[in-house]
Amino acid sequence: MHHSTHRVVSSAAALAAATLVLVGCAPASDAPVTLTLVTHDSFALSEGTLDQFTKATGITVEVQAAGDAGELVNKLVLTKDSPLGDVVYGIDNTFASRAVSGGVLEPYVSADVTDAEGQYLLPLGSGGEYLTPIDSGDVCVNVDHEWFAQAGIPEPKSLDDLIDPTYQGLLVVEAANSSSPGLAFLLATIAAYGDTGWQGYWTSLVANDVKIDASWSDAYNVDFSGPSSDGDRPLVVSYASSPPFEVPEGGTVAPTGALLDTCFRQTEYAGVIAGTAHPAEAKKLVDFLHSPTVQNDIPDNMYVFPVNPDAVLPEAWAKFAERATDPYNLDPAQIDANREKWIAEWAAIATP
Amino acid sequence: MRDNWRSSGLRERQLSRLNAHPATIAAWTLGIALPVAFVGVFFAWPVATILGRGLFPTGALDVAGIAEVLSRPRTIRIIGFTVGLAAAATAITLLLGMPAAYALSRLKFRGRGVLRAAVLVPFVLPTVVVGIAFRTLFRGTPLDGSVLAILLALVFFNIAVVVRTVGASWESLDPRQEEAARVLGAGPVRVFVTITLRRLGPSVAAAASIVFLFCSTAFGTVLVLGGARYSTIETEIWLLTTQFLDLRAASVLSITQLLVVVALLVVTARVRGRTTSQRRSFATRRPRRADVPAVFATSAVAVALVIPLGALVQRSLQVGDGWGFGNFLALASTGSRNALTISPWTALGNSLGFAAAATGIAMLLGLVTSVLLSRRPRSPSARRGLDLLDGALMLPLGVSAVTVGFGFLITLNAPPLDLRASPILVPIAQALVATPLVVRVLLPVLRSVGSRMREAAATLGAAPWRVILTIDLGVAARAALAATGLAFTVALGEFGATTFLSRPSNATLPVVIYRLIGLPGGDNAGMAIAASVVLAVLTVAVVALIERLRVDSAGAF
Repeated sequence: MHHSTHRVVSSAAALAAATLVLVGCAPASDAPVTLTLVTHDSFALSEGTLDQFTKATGITVEVQAAGDAGELVNKLVLTKDSPLGDVVYGIDNTFASRAVSGGVLEPYVSADVTDAEGQYLLPLGSGGEYLTPIDSGDVCVNVDHEWFAQAGIPEPKSLDDLIDPTYQGLLVVEAANSSSPGLAFLLATIAAYGDTGWQGYWTSLVANDVKIDASWSDAYNVDFSGPSSDGDRPLVVSYASSPPFEVPEGGTVAPTGALLDTCFRQTEYAGVIAGTAHPAEAKKLVDFLHSPTVQNDIPDNMYVFPVNPDAVLPEAWAKFAERATDPYNLDPAQIDANREKWIAEWAAIATP
Repeated sequence: MRDNWRSSGLRERQLSRLNAHPATIAAWTLGIALPVAFVGVFFAWPVATILGRGLFPTGALDVAGIAEVLSRPRTIRIIGFTVGLAAAATAITLLLGMPAAYALSRLKFRGRGVLRAAVLVPFVLPTVVVGIAFRTLFRGTPLDGSVLAILLALVFFNIAVVVRTVGASWESLDPRQEEAARVLGAGPVRVFVTITLRRLGPSVAAAASIVFLFCSTAFGTVLVLGGARYSTIETEIWLLTTQFLDLRAASVLSITQLLVVVALLVVTARVRGRTTSQRRSFATRRPRRADVPAVFATSAVAVALVIPLGALVQRSLQVGDGWGFGNFLALASTGSRNALTISPWTALGNSLGFAAAATGIAMLLGLVTSVLLSRRPRSPSARRGLDLLDGALMLPLGVSAVTVGFGFLITLNAPPLDLRASPILVPIAQALVATPLVVRVLLPVLRSVGSRMREAAATLGAAPWRVILTIDLGVAARAALAATGLAFTVALGEFGATTFLSRPSNATLPVVIYRLIGLPGGDNAGMAIAASVVLAVLTVAVVALIERLRVDSAGAF
C-alpha cells in the first residue's frame, strides 16, 4: 500500500512542524490523483491488493478508518460540507438510509453488479441508487458442539429454542446499545417476532438467564465456552464466519458452528462521497472494490462473504463456513426510523 | 515568618520592578499565548463548534429542545449516577492511594522503584484488555457486572494519579515539623491531620480533581465491567453521537460535563490556592513501627495491581492447551490469517513515537504554564486571569473524547489547519490530556518555592530567566521527572482520541490490541494479551529509566 508516510516529529515544535507539513502538501494540479477511501475500523486487505489498483489506473489510495458503521455514517453526515474523502466503504444495511437521507452520497452503482447479486441490493429510495454491495455476513448464534455433546443435550436450532428452559443460562449476547452484532441480534428478533412481539421474546430470554455483555470480544473471549475462549456458556451471538477460525491447523471437524435459523444478514456497501473532486476516479475505485481481485481477498481479511458470484472462497471457508439460506432481514428505512426507539425499549427490558 | 515576607515592602517593590521590565512583559505574554493558543485551537474551538451544532440547530438557541432533554428522567438519572460513581471512586482511590504515596515517596525498601513504576501500568493497558482480565476474575461471582466491579476497576486505573501527584509533594515535605510536633506530645493522627495533610492539601486536591475527572469520563471500564447495564454521561454521549447522531442531546450532556468540571475547579481552587511551606527534597528512610499501616496499605495496593496483571501474564503464556512463548513470538507477524495491517512491534514503534512527541508538547506547555501559575501578580485581575488559564487547561480531562473528536472533524478541515487526515493530531490529542497532569504535578512544588529565594536571586542580579532556570527548575527537577513519566504513560495508553485519529498504517499498539481481541480464533486473543504484557513491561522500564535520571535537587541549596 502506498500510504504517504508523514513522519512524526518527536520534538516540542510540533505546531511549527504541522504548518510545514501543510505547506508541503499543497496540491499540484497535474499530480497523479490520490483518493481517500473512508472505511469502518474492520477494513483490511492483503498487502499489495490496493497496489494493483494503482498499477492499473495510476490512482493512489489512502485509507482512513472512521469507527464502526454507525460512527462512519454519522461522520460523513456531519462533514457533508467538507467531505472526509472520495469513496466510502463499510456502510451497512442498518445505516444505509441515514447516509442517503443525509445526502452524503453521489448517485452511482457499479455497472458490474449482476442480477445474481439482487438479494444484496438496497430498495430504491433506501440507497439502491447510491450503494454498491461489496460483502455480506450473517450474525448468528454460535454453538460449542463439544459442550453439547458432553452434556448430552440436543443443540438448539431456532430463536424459539433459546427461551426453552432446557437452555437456561447457556446463552451470552452483546448489548444492542454498545455492540453492532448485539444490535443485529436484536434486529433478528424484531424481524422474527414483529413490532409488538419481540418485547415479549426478550422478557422470556431475560427470564431464561441470558447474559448480556458490552462487546463481542467480551462475550466471545470471556463468557463463551468455545476452544479459544475461557468461559462456560456454550451459546454466543457471533458471526456465521467465526467457526472456520476455531478449526485447528490441519483439523477436519469444526468444534463450533452457527445456528443458521437465528441469523440476521448484514450487507456492507461502497459508494462515492458527494462533493468529491475526483468523481470519475472514485467510481473506478468502487468498481475495483467489487472486482474479483478485492472480492477474493475479502474473506480472510474481513471475515465476511464477498457478494460477487465470480469470487473464489478460500479452502477453509469452502469447507467450514456456512450461510443462512433464509436470514432475517428488515427494511433499512424501517431500521433507521426506529433504531433509537427499539434500543431504548430493549434497554428497559434487557438491562433494567 | 513567611507571611511577614509575603506582605513586606521589599516583596512589593521587587514585584513591581519585575513586572515593569519590558522583557519580562514580553516573556509573560509569550508564555500565556502558547498554552492559550494550544487549548484554544485544539480544544475550545472544536468543542464550541460541535456544541453550537447541537444547541443552535437553526441559528437560534433551541431552548425548548434543551429543556426537553434535561427533563428526561433518563438524563437526570445518568447525571446523578455519573457524579455519584466518580465521587465514590475518587474517595476510595484517595483512601488507598495516600498511604501508598507516603510509602513510595518517603520510605526506603526493596522493590520501591519497581512498585513506583508498576502503579503506572494500568494507565497504559487498553481498557478492553483490563476489562477482560477483571471479568475473567469476577466471572461466576456476584461482582460480575456490578457497580462494585466498575468501582474496583476505576480505582485500579487511577491509583497512579494519587501516588504520583501526592508523592511528588510528599517527597519534598520537611519532616522536621512533624517530628517537632511529635516531641511536643501530639499523637500520630493529630500530627497527620493538623500538619501533614494541611501541607499536602494542594496536591491532594489536585490528585482528587484529576481522579474525579478521569472517573467521570471513563468509557470502556463502565461498559465492559457493568455489562452495558450502567450508563454514564460519557457512554451516553458516545451512544447519542456515534449511533443516533442526536447532537442536541449530546451537546446538553457535554455542557453538563463542562459544568461539572468548572464546579470541581472552583471547589479545589480554594484548597489549591493555599500556599504551603517551603520545601526541598528529603532523604528517604527505612520504615519504622509507626509506618506499619502505610506499608500494609501499600502491600494491599501492590497485590490489587498484581492479581489482574498476573492473570494477564498467565493468559499470555497460554498457547492452545499448553504453555509457551508462542504469543510473544507472533508479535512480529500480522496475526493469524493476516488480522492486522502492521505487526504489533511496528505498532509499538508508532506508539513510542507518538507518545514521545506528545510528552514533548505536554512538558513544554506544562512547564511554561506551571512557572506562570506559580507567580502571584499583584493585580487581582491578572491573578484571576491566571486562575482562568489554570482551569482552561483542566477542561480537556473532563470532556468526552467523542465530543472533541467530532469537533476536530468539523473545524480542522480547511487550510491553514486542514489536519483531519494528519497524524500530527494524534500527539496533539494525547498532549491535551497529558498537559493538565504535568501542571498538577509541577504546580504544587513550584508554588512552594519561597518567593524569598526568587527575590534574593533577583536582588543579586539574576535575570528572570535565570531565576526560573536555577531556582524553579532546580527545585522542581524531581517533580518534572515524575511528570514526564506520567505524561509519557498517559500518552502511550491514550485510546479514545488515538483510535479516532490514527490510520491503519500508523496505528498504535493499543489500537492494534483492540483489533486483535475483536477477532475469533485462539491465536489473536493470545497475541492481544501478549502485546498488553509487552506494553506493561515497557512502561515499567521506561518510567524506571526516567526516574534513574533524577537530579539531586536538594544539593542546590
